[in-house]
Amino acid sequence: MSLLIGALTIGLILSLLALGVFISFRIFHFPDITADGSSTLGAAVAAALIVQEVNPLLATAAGFAAGFVAGSITGVLAAKFKINGLLAGILVMTGLYSVNLHIMGRSNIPLFSSTTLSSYAESIGALLFGGREPLNILGWEVLVLDASTLVLMVLTLCLVGAGLFWFFQTNLGTAMRATGDNAQMIRALGVSDENMTILGLAVSNGLIGLAGAFLAQYQGFADVQMGIGMVVWGLASVIIGEALTASRTLGLMIVGAVMGSVLFRLLVAIALRLGLNPNDLKLITAVFVFVALILPGIVGKLRGRRTGFSSA
Amino acid sequence: MLEIHQIRKAFHRGSPNEVRALQGVDLTTQGESFVVVIGTNGSGKTSLLNAVAGTFFVDSGSIVLTGHDITRWPEHQRAKLIGRVFQNPFSGTAPQMTIAENLALAVRRGHGRGLGWALQKRLTGELRDGVRRLNMGLEDRLDSPIGTLSGGQRQALTLLMATWLKPQLLLLDEHTAALDPKSADQVIELTAEIVRREKLNSLMVTHSMHQAVSLGDRLIMMNRGEIIQDFQGAEKRRLRVDDLLTRFEEVRRADQLDESAAEMLARLYV
Repeated sequence: MSLLIGALTIGLILSLLALGVFISFRIFHFPDITADGSSTLGAAVAAALIVQEVNPLLATAAGFAAGFVAGSITGVLAAKFKINGLLAGILVMTGLYSVNLHIMGRSNIPLFSSTTLSSYAESIGALLFGGREPLNILGWEVLVLDASTLVLMVLTLCLVGAGLFWFFQTNLGTAMRATGDNAQMIRALGVSDENMTILGLAVSNGLIGLAGAFLAQYQGFADVQMGIGMVVWGLASVIIGEALTASRTLGLMIVGAVMGSVLFRLLVAIALRLGLNPNDLKLITAVFVFVALILPGIVGKLRGRRTGFSSA
Repeated sequence: MLEIHQIRKAFHRGSPNEVRALQGVDLTTQGESFVVVIGTNGSGKTSLLNAVAGTFFVDSGSIVLTGHDITRWPEHQRAKLIGRVFQNPFSGTAPQMTIAENLALAVRRGHGRGLGWALQKRLTGELRDGVRRLNMGLEDRLDSPIGTLSGGQRQALTLLMATWLKPQLLLLDEHTAALDPKSADQVIELTAEIVRREKLNSLMVTHSMHQAVSLGDRLIMMNRGEIIQDFQGAEKRRLRVDDLLTRFEEVRRADQLDESAAEMLARLYV
């Protein structure tokens, strides 16, 4: 059960990452791989502040802000300097590796003895549940820390999800969606598609930085390597979410990204439990995304052949 | 009032593929005039429209619209003054967004985009009335993604979006060329009606000789990046399709003469 709760919590934390990836890949059609750097950046900034005994809420917000800045730099490189989007992300991600080392001062910061949002949640949970004894839920033993962090993440996700749902229906948010859908059109309606791209990538990476900040506090450390493969992870979550909801409406796509992330994490936890070598995890994730990307095309081709409408 | 003064534009300058799209175009149009632009492929008619819209900056010359020198304004800034309908029906609308969302974006053309709710109830009502006037039965489909509509429907909506706020200038770039004849007629009728009702200053590029003689109060013929003919007033009203075809034939012959002369010169000097 502890494993399940842990997988759920990490799944929810990483769904912030999935939402960030959803914004860049799905709303802006921008292959932004800054995420590998900005997730670590969020973790590094939060961890560095927390060990300085800064309020963990403030440190977590700083993680968001750091990701926001990183994303806007990628946006400026791509939109203003017309650097290929993929390359812009690679440049910022590579640069961030050094930045992260500088922020942390070393390659790993442990947070076990510090006050984090997770330990906050645990204290509140201890008050509610009447002590720090492991809880008994339906016959399973659950640590107060795990249960409380899970509740914290559910609340956070509700807040962020609702916030995004609202934002993308405002005048600014619809202009951002239109930028990804048809940049020429939104320019002709008086909006700078360059500025929209910069702002969109900033929000996207802000969420990814936030995911990093939460993750560091939950797992109890920040590590300079922790961001590797995050983009692919987020993309896998988004794709699973789309398969689950099978919808192109905004609200369901947001919910789908969260569900996809949780489900993916659960599948991974189960696979690891069944004896999957953790070293193979990233390879399997990459292959999974590859298959998910080409599958619709293959299915379409097969259908086309059957009905005699091959596009070739 | 639109004042274009001696604009020039060359693409791929200095390379063997250099194309001189605009070679010193002068054009002044008055407040309510509907100017039709015709010319063969590569004559510079679309380049003229794009230069005004800000798709690219001209190499030299100036463009002044209602007293604003917009020569160096970026495309999105010019949109405050200019409404546009593109040749490709897919270019003017965001396919994954709904009809209502697309229109709401157009309602704020040239205004700031804040955190206000894009589709307020009152606005949705106004949008429905606007769409109803198109007579296409789309007023009940405001929540459908615009990508599910036909080219003609999308072009009619783009026209509505471009003119929802009265533009100082309406640019129509062969906006019926990609449509089937019936939809094309429908969109042209709508265009004429809106331009007349709103008293719009418009610039329309077309391939259709029939549209060229039947629409607008002024006709400009372009060739090789220059304006070679300008029919106005009574002259424009008397114009028939045959007159235009004759003129085109003359231009074609003159061009061929030019080419053979250049060829002869090249042979002499090589």
